[in-house]
Amino acid sequence: MTERSYLDHAATTRMLPQAQRRWLEVSQLVGNPSSLHDSGRRTRRVVEEARESIAADLHTRPSAVVFTSGGTEADNLAVKGLFWLGEEQGRTRVVASAVEHHAVLDPVRWLSEHEGAQVHWAGVDRLGRVLLDDVRQALDHDDVALCTVMWANNEVGTVQPVQQLADLCRERGVPFHTDAVQVLGQLPINLQDLGAAAVTISSHKIGGPFGAGALIVDPDLRLTPVLHGGGHEREVRSGTLDAAGIAAFAVAVHEAVVHQEGFAREVSALRNHLIERVLLEVPAAQLNGEPRLDGLDRLPANAHFTFSGCEGDALLLLLDAAGIDCSTGSACTAGIPEASHVLLAMGADAEASRGSLRFSLGRETTKADIDHLLDVLPAAVERAGRAGSVRSRS
Amino acid sequence: MKVLAAMSGGVDSSVAAARMVDAGHDVTGVHLALAKSSPVPGSRGCCTLDDARDARRVADRLDIAFYVWDLSDEFRREVMDDFVAEYRAGHTPNPCMRCNERIKFLALLERAVALGFDAVATGHYAQVIAGPGGPELHRGADPDKDQSYVLGMLEQWQLEHTLLPLGGDSKGQVRAEAQERGLLTASKPDSHDICFIPDGDTAGFLRRTLGDEPGDIVDVETGAVLAHHAGAYGYTIGQRRGLDLTVPAVDGRPRYVVDVDVQARTVFVGPPSLLDVDRIIGARPTWTGSALDAAVQACQAQVRAHGAALGALASVTDAGLVIDLDEPVRGLASGQGVVLYDGTRVIGSATVESTRRVVRT
Repeated sequence: MTERSYLDHAATTRMLPQAQRRWLEVSQLVGNPSSLHDSGRRTRRVVEEARESIAADLHTRPSAVVFTSGGTEADNLAVKGLFWLGEEQGRTRVVASAVEHHAVLDPVRWLSEHEGAQVHWAGVDRLGRVLLDDVRQALDHDDVALCTVMWANNEVGTVQPVQQLADLCRERGVPFHTDAVQVLGQLPINLQDLGAAAVTISSHKIGGPFGAGALIVDPDLRLTPVLHGGGHEREVRSGTLDAAGIAAFAVAVHEAVVHQEGFAREVSALRNHLIERVLLEVPAAQLNGEPRLDGLDRLPANAHFTFSGCEGDALLLLLDAAGIDCSTGSACTAGIPEASHVLLAMGADAEASRGSLRFSLGRETTKADIDHLLDVLPAAVERAGRAGSVRSRS
Repeated sequence: MKVLAAMSGGVDSSVAAARMVDAGHDVTGVHLALAKSSPVPGSRGCCTLDDARDARRVADRLDIAFYVWDLSDEFRREVMDDFVAEYRAGHTPNPCMRCNERIKFLALLERAVALGFDAVATGHYAQVIAGPGGPELHRGADPDKDQSYVLGMLEQWQLEHTLLPLGGDSKGQVRAEAQERGLLTASKPDSHDICFIPDGDTAGFLRRTLGDEPGDIVDVETGAVLAHHAGAYGYTIGQRRGLDLTVPAVDGRPRYVVDVDVQARTVFVGPPSLLDVDRIIGARPTWTGSALDAAVQACQAQVRAHGAALGALASVTDAGLVIDLDEPVRGLASGQGVVLYDGTRVIGSATVESTRRVVRT
């Protein structure tokens, strides 16, 4: 087997040893955190300590942290929960960006199809940044139940003006939700400053275990639950709490926040090197998203290209065979690639939207990985270009 | 060799892929997604989510790379739309042949070759054998399972990139081997139906797609209207069942569909003797090797997937591929595929354009 270079850290990243240790420790506990006896209290204590740790790291109150099974559940809870809450007050409009992750996009569509929500899809510019004026106009309606715009785009890495969006929404009394899954550990996060109603985070993207996440939501908002049951999390979310997962998640959040600045500095230097070389050595490559690589406008570990004349999935196959793990960055249903809705919203044509790849770097990425990529990418692009032309002809 | 194994999720393609791995090839598995989503729960077609999962699990077991390729747009355009259009025109198409021609051995094969694969391997029961003039396509060794008919349209360049590892075996052997290998697809039932009509109700599918176009069922000999139908496109020449004729024939013998006039919305029925055909004109001929020409060649013609090989004389004229049958064949509809053989070797194929009925005096 070829030595592999893993360049898909935005999909998931390796679990941190500290998180792994913590998970093992807590997994030995016997009590259900909702039980009233001593064993239950011991497990509950672990959960509450994790809650406090995460709240402290993100500058919010512990009571705002609602643990979920991951980012998708947190997004569903935010979107549906805020919509149903608003609906009680006659607010049935949803404002969402056109480049949301499917975990937001699909619940919003579902609300529109099944619950009578009127949706305003806010447009984005060429770089994938949401058009503030478009959002502002949509917010002028007095029946907006929620506005949801991701903190940074998972495909092209463009950072959204979430502070301005949060301010706009607060001024108008509209709950603002943002999916911060891609941002945690990559950019500084201060939820007190942000002042959003709800923020989604996820564990496995930052070196915690799969199956854990949280919605950080204003405790004064009585969200309508999505999962009904024992009411374990503030009556907002039911289901036995995964104490080991949550404890390890908290460790990962802490590590991500403590090391954010240094990580961002190092990984962006490597990322910039990757972008520079790809643009230099692969003539068909074109960088998508924010071209300014020196600041807070683009996720520091994200590189996303369109390779003109290529199909992303053909390229992925060739790179896979050559030992490179990367992603088409587009939606996948049962492994079936579709044109990226993000690139389409950015004004790319359908062909370009299928011909793109995302490389996302992580803690363990080295210069050797980038050398490896550049060793194989030019030939793969050339070959995929031929396969691409076959496809469009047949 | 770098081999792309087309993995439907069935037992045959699973074993074919396994054999390719054993033979030392660098194998990548691909499952073709031919429908956007599974239309009917529990359907046994070749493109459901269950099948994709089974294919993936076999690939895991073989420890090979695995992908799902979305050819659903191509499939809809080239196979499903064509299927409906052909019926609409009063023809009887073979969608599996069409899928092999346009999807598996064109879209898939071209893409595989472009991506650097040397060959595509499938689980069809037919054999590619090296001949003096290049690879030849031959019947599968198991006469009950032989699938050379549905591959009859393959041309030389396609055969050069085609591996059919099961061609020398029987279905029973392949199942036993799947069992031995512990492949989870070992006991999956065979799929017989058209994959996009999993309930087997072609007439119902066509009615849903094309809508009702009521018309008459007419006795071709007397001109009498015997019954009515909801759409002439649902009838195939040679069909006997499902006519729901309440008036018996004069001679008391069963009647068959002998002609379909879609334009006039009329289905003609008559005695089976009217179905006998002794000449076939084939359109769009393809050749596995060198093409036939004006010189008449003795060969065998097969007009159905599991039909008999009929002695014939064939030549290519201005009219197309002309096939004169030694003995008449009953109930042949335009749109069907005809495949020519020389013994076990496939010579070529064509689509039945027209036929000549046996003139009885």
